[in-house]
Amino acid sequence: MNVWIAFWNILKKDIRNYYLKPPNISWGIIFPLSWTLMQFIRAPSTQAIDIKSLLPGLMAMSVLFGTTSMLAVTITFERRGRSFDRLLSAPISLTTLVLAKISGAILFGMIISFSPVLFAAFIIDLSGINWGIVIAGVLLMAITSTLLGLAIAVSSREVFEAQTYSNFFRFPMLFLSGLFLPIAKLPVFLRPISYCLPLTYGADMLNGAINQTGVMNVWLDALVLIGFVVILFYFCHWNIKRKWIL
Amino acid sequence: MGIVSVTNLKKTFGDFTAVDDISFDIQKGEIFGFLGPNGAGKTSTINMLIGLSRPSGGAISINNIDGIKDIKKAQRIMGIVPDESNLYDEMDGFDNLCFCASLYGMRKDDREKRASELLEQFNLKSAGKRPFRAYSKGMRRKLAIAAGIIHNPDILFLDEPTTGIDVESARQIRSLILDMKRRGTTVFLTTHYIEEAQRICDRVAFIVSGKIVKTDTVEALMENTENEHILKLTLNKSAGGIKDELQRDFPNLRIEPKDENICFITSDEKIALLPILQYLDNRGISVFEAKEIRPTLEDVFVRVTGIETGKLQKEKEGRRK
Repeated sequence: MNVWIAFWNILKKDIRNYYLKPPNISWGIIFPLSWTLMQFIRAPSTQAIDIKSLLPGLMAMSVLFGTTSMLAVTITFERRGRSFDRLLSAPISLTTLVLAKISGAILFGMIISFSPVLFAAFIIDLSGINWGIVIAGVLLMAITSTLLGLAIAVSSREVFEAQTYSNFFRFPMLFLSGLFLPIAKLPVFLRPISYCLPLTYGADMLNGAINQTGVMNVWLDALVLIGFVVILFYFCHWNIKRKWIL
Repeated sequence: MGIVSVTNLKKTFGDFTAVDDISFDIQKGEIFGFLGPNGAGKTSTINMLIGLSRPSGGAISINNIDGIKDIKKAQRIMGIVPDESNLYDEMDGFDNLCFCASLYGMRKDDREKRASELLEQFNLKSAGKRPFRAYSKGMRRKLAIAAGIIHNPDILFLDEPTTGIDVESARQIRSLILDMKRRGTTVFLTTHYIEEAQRICDRVAFIVSGKIVKTDTVEALMENTENEHILKLTLNKSAGGIKDELQRDFPNLRIEPKDENICFITSDEKIALLPILQYLDNRGISVFEAKEIRPTLEDVFVRVTGIETGKLQKEKEGRRK
């Protein structure tokens, strides 16, 4: 059986049914835009803030919020409507199904993460950025955040539960991953927690590629993120088998 | 060994045993009915057969494929229609069918051709481009069945195929199931409509409290009731007051006054009507109508399981509300 046909059609269905809906598209644009504007409002003169230094944080945040909530909500929604049972009872492996479901969220997260870049391109000069590392960092962050969303979806029965659990993970990550406040400026007792969060390494990759202010080696960042991807993937795979195939 | 072979299948949830050591075979090309009240273990069984639930014990063989270890391979030849629609509200009927076909690896041209054929066959062609959410219950059910057979499965699992839909749609669905059987598809269906099982099933299993209490062909199950004669009398007043007296004077008959003016008389021999009419008339009870009732599978079900079928239906309706 050609599994790619199933894979591609699940991905296409998700993009059409969920990700290309006007509220999601507008959310993908409005969310990073509003955070950028918030920074402008906070600093009275535009010269006072360096947009380029904000870019890694805004991109990482867009990825985190876009992927975790979308996947957690869409899967919980399909579980409640029992349409997810149709996928589980189809002759496709659980790995193919998980990959197909997360691919839509990964693509969505990556696309909306570049919307701040698009806005910034009209205001500042974006030369000198290592786009290869930016894309790799965004991709790895999108995968880890999506898998985090899937882990949340497996543990949730209702859509509101998925949202609550997502926020439980997302907001601490927002402040502890060095997106807007460097980890070095965090209280000492919080720093070990920062290094346990995947977003820390993604944000560091982006800081290094965009502002040359990365703290760790880019390869180490990538390696740790790949480690998170593998662990989260197998955790989700194991948990789906345990919780959804009763 | 049948196309589906279930041996000592068991499913427990903590201390609760949902399916208790059941075994049965389904022969190729037959319609096998699974009858039982709510909570009997029908859905737990079907979920284990289709791979949505992991058995606690026992073995499942689907067309000689291990239905537990190699379930993904077995799912290729299965069509599945759950008791509640699980298609996508946002998509139209045609796209829903094409999507379901893609899950079985069908190529674009093939799935579009097959989807069009099925929409035509199920009288849904004009609704093909309408969103699924706009479908009536009967249309939703028909589309769900079409989605279940889009890949021409060898075995079709149908969970309560006609529950909650109008009479005409139910009739059409029964006719479609029989048509599938004619084309060689094996059908496993659960239902609480006993008359439906009697009408379309080749063999039936009665399941109660997780155990199969009887499995046989409909004809064999009915054989035991063939010698039974039931007379339904419509009276001008209740016969409850003279039940014992009537029973004493007609010891070969079983007297069951039902409602206010209905009385059932059952016997293993032919019932002579005139003595009963005269007997009742002498006691001031007029008989407006006397009708011989043919025993049904429902009577067999009640006798074997001890469960009133009215209760069966009420439970199901209550669950749906």
